Amino acid sequence: MAAPLLQIENVGKRFGGFVALDGINLTVAQGERVGLIGPNGSGKSTLVNCMCGTLQNDTGQVVFDGHVMNGLSAHQRARRGIARSFQLPRPFSTLSVAENLRIPLLYAAHTRRGRHLSHDEIGSRCLELAGLVGLAAKADRLPGDLTQVEMRKLELARAVAVDPKLLIADEAMAGLSHSEVDEIVALLIAMNERGVTIIMIEHIMRAVMAFSQRLVVLVTGKKIADGTPQEVVSHPEVIGAYLGQ
Amino acid sequence: MSFELLINALIAGVLLGGFYAAVTVGVSISFGILDIVNIAHPAFIILGSYIAYIVNQTLGIDPILTAVIALPGFYLLGSMIYQVYYASFEKRGQDSMRGLAFFFGLLFVTEVMLILAFGVDYRYVQAGYIDKTWHFGFADIPFRMLIPCIISLAMLGLLQLYLSRTFTGRAIMAVSQDQLALRLMAADPARIKRIAFSISIATAALAGAFLIVIQPIEPSVGREYIGRVFAICVLGGLQSLPGTVIAAMLLGIIESLTATFYGPSWAPAVSFGVLLLTLAFRPAGLLGR
Amino acid sequence: MRSLIFYIASILIGAVLFGFARWLGNDYLFFAGYTVLQFVVLATAWNILGGYCGYVNFGSAAFFAAGAYSSVTLHKLGTNIDRYFPDSLAGLAHAILPLPVPVLVVIGGIVAGLIGLGTGYLTLRLRGAFFAIATLALAVVLQTLIVNWDFVGGSRGAYIIRPAEVPVIGPYIQYLFLVMLILAIVAIITARTIEQSRLGYGFATIRDDETAAEACGVPTLRVKLIATTVSGALMGMAGAPFPYYIGYLEPGSAFGLAYTVNSIAMPMIGGTTSWVGPLVGALLLGILQQIATVTISSAVNLLIVGLLLVGFVIIAPKGIVGLVKDFMRERGPEGSTPTWRTRLAAFANMRPGAR
Repeated sequence: MAAPLLQIENVGKRFGGFVALDGINLTVAQGERVGLIGPNGSGKSTLVNCMCGTLQNDTGQVVFDGHVMNGLSAHQRARRGIARSFQLPRPFSTLSVAENLRIPLLYAAHTRRGRHLSHDEIGSRCLELAGLVGLAAKADRLPGDLTQVEMRKLELARAVAVDPKLLIADEAMAGLSHSEVDEIVALLIAMNERGVTIIMIEHIMRAVMAFSQRLVVLVTGKKIADGTPQEVVSHPEVIGAYLGQ
Repeated sequence: MSFELLINALIAGVLLGGFYAAVTVGVSISFGILDIVNIAHPAFIILGSYIAYIVNQTLGIDPILTAVIALPGFYLLGSMIYQVYYASFEKRGQDSMRGLAFFFGLLFVTEVMLILAFGVDYRYVQAGYIDKTWHFGFADIPFRMLIPCIISLAMLGLLQLYLSRTFTGRAIMAVSQDQLALRLMAADPARIKRIAFSISIATAALAGAFLIVIQPIEPSVGREYIGRVFAICVLGGLQSLPGTVIAAMLLGIIESLTATFYGPSWAPAVSFGVLLLTLAFRPAGLLGR
Repeated sequence: MRSLIFYIASILIGAVLFGFARWLGNDYLFFAGYTVLQFVVLATAWNILGGYCGYVNFGSAAFFAAGAYSSVTLHKLGTNIDRYFPDSLAGLAHAILPLPVPVLVVIGGIVAGLIGLGTGYLTLRLRGAFFAIATLALAVVLQTLIVNWDFVGGSRGAYIIRPAEVPVIGPYIQYLFLVMLILAIVAIITARTIEQSRLGYGFATIRDDETAAEACGVPTLRVKLIATTVSGALMGMAGAPFPYYIGYLEPGSAFGLAYTVNSIAMPMIGGTTSWVGPLVGALLLGILQQIATVTISSAVNLLIVGLLLVGFVIIAPKGIVGLVKDFMRERGPEGSTPTWRTRLAAFANMRPGAR
């Protein structure tokens, strides 16, 4: 069996006296589709931040692709192939949609292909990515002109632009309509079939169940369940803490 | 190294530190709690000094008394400035660059206007206690430093009580941490912030009075204090008033010792040097955030 | 291709300017022009860090003075070779020193650039506000160091004796003017090149959202350090000829507040998003101040600059260029044919996406 792509070993994080993450252990295999769920404030985004390098974990280590990530900054991890979308969209507000997508192509994607992309390649790839999330018509607009939903799509497309091995979609579907949710799930599954490992953090259970091969549940900084979706949703603790009756 | 000299330098440092705490507390509130980089704060202090000077010259009133009377005026000034700041920057979500430029502009304009109004000659006040010194054996405690120090510490004590005991005060401490929770408690964050900022400018009135009691002033003196103020603020840990006092004392002592043993021409570099070192090596301050 | 046209155009404009000034033959024009061009360099340099990256530098005077005082140091070494150099090196020293102004410019740039790098390295891992405060601190610390350093004259200052004439060009002031003119062109070309490069995009992401920039692979610390170094270096280069221009340098004038205020006000009033803004701001305010110092006091002069700064920051945050841009960029229907307005705007690089 191949080595796991991501290994989170006993990762802990505190903010002052508040324990956000308490010894999380998680393994993600190459090519897996993992769903991460839990109530608000359970530490999901903190875990994502520690995986990606936006925050440094206090204890334990994050191992990606066989390398220990401790101490590496976020941009270094991005270049190694970890991409994430932010829960609250963080677009570059003075750059157009296309230019937003250009940034990862200029700064991260080149490491994966081993060479810098040419001007034309970048241009066409930007439009391609915009089209992927239905923003091709607005490629030259500023993020200020986009709706909330469109900004989330831009956020996701920008993460895809990094050309990652591991993509972490942090509540990318909040506020989307029924059909839009299906679109995004299909997009993510298609990416997965091309070899990208994906961790999806969501509250929309329909999407999570449709997407995940494995489900992980986080409650107040601890992992309380980790198994197939069917097992996890019938787990009494999960129902009590999150799903409700 | 003379023991007498050392003791007097230490005493001067502590008294100076008390004064520095008054100068800094305004920035502890605006920068530490409200996250507004008001580098123009020293300009308001100098403004306070000049107002105390005019009143003292024309009416002969004690500068510190003048400042107490002027407190509401400064509070109002703070309110107005916050309104402009809020409408122009915070609401628009503009980058902090413009906020900084705004305050820098204020600092600069105030200084130049004072130069045009008063010229660059040094000004000082007359008050009964300014020339008196308390001799305690070989220790000299000048009244012009003792009085401001005591009143300053009293002012800080009052502020600390206000911030920890009253509803508005606690709301001010909370506004930096959790705006949503504040709204749920039926307090308007913008109003709370405005009150806090106005208080911070009001402290400048008193600090200005202290300043002109301690030393003669001229318009560019304000800029020397920017370094001191932010050095103390950062060193003391941004949100802590007790931290501010400790850091102020520390800086006062370091400056006093440097001036006594190495000469006064190095004094400006001390505070700014401390600031640079703190930012480089311990940005969370001595007590941490 | 567009870049080549730009280079040629700027060199031509520079040559025409210089030729025209010589034809007029008025020495005052050269003195005033030098100051205005100096501001062009300072404003452009400030904007590379302030406008492109969003990091405010309150210590422009420190970098400017660093350049000025490197020149003074080398001048002092050059005029006292036998005192400061051992016999073995004296021969070499006599051959090299005194260094010509262009070389001093490069050295001033290196010194100031290193200071920028150092300050950045110490403070850029913190928030932008701390960096701004640190630059304030830097200016005061540097000034105190210089005041206490007798070799360069301390607070008494230093005299620089310069030749009255240079070969080929003639009057010395015209030579200095030419140096500053070339420097201004270099500064603008540098700013424009950065804007259009991958680095320019990196700068913009730092200004907009550093955390997101990191997540996209932008090495933010490294990029910020490049910005502070380049910005500081250009300011130092602007300062290097200053002792030769003014003849007598003392810390008060080298570290003058006017440099700090103007290097902030000119880009903020002109516009911070491209190289055009600082140029417009510097030319406008620079020329205005030259006229004003003759007619009104220099204090009122600076007051007006300060008021304009506050006014523009509140009312017109995009600066003059932004106001013009809004006027020119008429929002036609999607995919409308470019008008002369949009074409002009695109050429001057005033529209995002017009690369």
